[in-house]
Amino acid sequence: MESIGVLMMCPMNTYLENELQKRYNLHRFWTCPEKSVFLETHRNSIRAIVGNASAGADAKLIDDLPKLEIISSFSVGLDKIDLGKCKEKGIRVTNTPDVLTEDVADLAIGLILALLRRLCECDRYVKSGKWKYGDFKLTTKFSGKSVGIIGLGRIGTAIAKRAQGFSCPINYYSRTEKPDVGYKYYPTVVELAKNSDILVVACPLTDETRHIVNREVMDALGSTGVVINIGRGPHVDEQELVKALTEGRLGGAGLDVFEQEPHVPEELFGLENVVLLPHVGSATVETRTAMADLVLGNLEAHFAGKPLLTQVV
Amino acid sequence: MSESPFVLVQRPPTFDFMDELLSRNFPILTTHHTSSIPLLNSISPHASSSIRAVVNMGMLKIDADLLSHLPSLQLLVCTSVGIEHIDLAECNRRGIAVTNAGEAFSDDVADCAVGLLISVLRRIPSADHYVRSGEWAKSGDFQLGIKLSGKRVGILGLGSIGSFIAKRLEPFGCIISYYSTSQKQSVPYRYYPDVLSLAANNDVIILCCALTDQTRHIVNREVMESLGKKGVIINVGRGGLIDEKELVKCLVDGVIGGAGLDVFEKEPGVPVELFGLDNVVLSPHAAMATPGSLDNIAQLAVGNLKAFFSNQPLISPVRLD
Repeated sequence: MESIGVLMMCPMNTYLENELQKRYNLHRFWTCPEKSVFLETHRNSIRAIVGNASAGADAKLIDDLPKLEIISSFSVGLDKIDLGKCKEKGIRVTNTPDVLTEDVADLAIGLILALLRRLCECDRYVKSGKWKYGDFKLTTKFSGKSVGIIGLGRIGTAIAKRAQGFSCPINYYSRTEKPDVGYKYYPTVVELAKNSDILVVACPLTDETRHIVNREVMDALGSTGVVINIGRGPHVDEQELVKALTEGRLGGAGLDVFEQEPHVPEELFGLENVVLLPHVGSATVETRTAMADLVLGNLEAHFAGKPLLTQVV
Repeated sequence: MSESPFVLVQRPPTFDFMDELLSRNFPILTTHHTSSIPLLNSISPHASSSIRAVVNMGMLKIDADLLSHLPSLQLLVCTSVGIEHIDLAECNRRGIAVTNAGEAFSDDVADCAVGLLISVLRRIPSADHYVRSGEWAKSGDFQLGIKLSGKRVGILGLGSIGSFIAKRLEPFGCIISYYSTSQKQSVPYRYYPDVLSLAANNDVIILCCALTDQTRHIVNREVMESLGKKGVIINVGRGGLIDEKELVKCLVDGVIGGAGLDVFEKEPGVPVELFGLDNVVLSPHAAMATPGSLDNIAQLAVGNLKAFFSNQPLISPVRLD
């Protein structure tokens, strides 16, 4: 049987890479010096793409690969894939839902605690020897604060459940109200922000949700409110965020994602009311292995003519 | 009651947040002295013989000697949960009632314990530094962390703080078990009769029990070896609960997987060997340090004083026997 050409868009996981190498004819896109030459040469042999949160497949790439059958994303978010184009051409798309839900929700709570209780600063305070000269300052209580979640899908729901353990009243915004959840619904993000101490972004990135946290929302949150972003960088108007934080109009931010990763606005580096993480929402040994197995399982199912495990398109 | 009881408030100068509230309700005398002799020297003999209550905010050691110089003392109001610095037997002998912080800090300490745990497993301070130092842009992905959800967590001491921690970790899918001086009947968590078996059967142990002669160094080398090289210790109790020298060795040598510590044996001294470890998150005994907790403790202190001197039941009494 001819070896199946698989195009991996960027380094994402050693175990996944090794397994793909073993099973298929793996092409590592990031090592190609001349990408257009590469695509021209291999256009008829590449039948699958493996992408992630950083790199997927836009319309042009899809057009350049006429034998493309399936895109298997090492992520749950699909904003880097032109889903419309895939639908049009009958290209199947899979992602990695559920296996990463807990890690991302755990990290959201971790970000809230690290931000409100200044845990990173506390750690630095002790490790730099400053504690000898005086106590650390008071920080902000988390328990009982109202949490407003944008998007009550798998991840949003998992965050809500965890926050309830801290006696936090839960509010949410969603495209449609969910009558049975027992949380308070707000029909707009601005109203959600007005009525919440902590605003958490947990929805998919689409054209509608780009910059869903904009200046108006940040003003509604105000100087005692904080934003937590474990979605995608473009959910938040980053320029406005930097201004709101440096001008003291927004109380703080816990960010795992940014508009131009890995670049982070340097104005944030000196602020003590932000926590900045390098997109580690699903970054645990256990979860990345599970995600890799899903990617491999979906590809295997596809090429064996079996039902896909986690098909989106 | 013919006159208002005279209250001695012992606290560091920076801890004066309660002075106003207390002085509105009682005549108070404040002192920052942290040991008996300078303290007694700084107040008049008349004053020391008139003091009927002490509000102990600075962890002043209350021993038989000090008590013998405060003949009118009837109530000791401590603003900490831990009271290992109080000679309870002597208080009992003299008929002095003692109150502690009760649940005033429990939310904040429990929050901090969970925060430390997530921070250790997901390497939050290290990851934050990775971004701020520009390393992410230069060197690519950060290292992988360890998943919290579903982990087995053993709680040492299931009092107010311990049960608040358990309540917070349950929605994370953590499997909660505990060790306590006695099994608690109506609790849904598995009980282990000793710390060694608690450590052997858990991925994480969280220390939130009182420091007593029995619990000093309750987490020793044997317990840490039992916990194992992927195991994590979170301490929001007292530094003395852990053999700190052994803890440092176990962390440096990889005998255990990580630690989140808010308390130490000789605060504010912290073993420098811990400073370079990114699987260790340190906090300057700040687990209760929010305005909310301070407000709670102020209300509780005044509440206990008012209750005692109007012959009402104390709000947060400590058992002396």
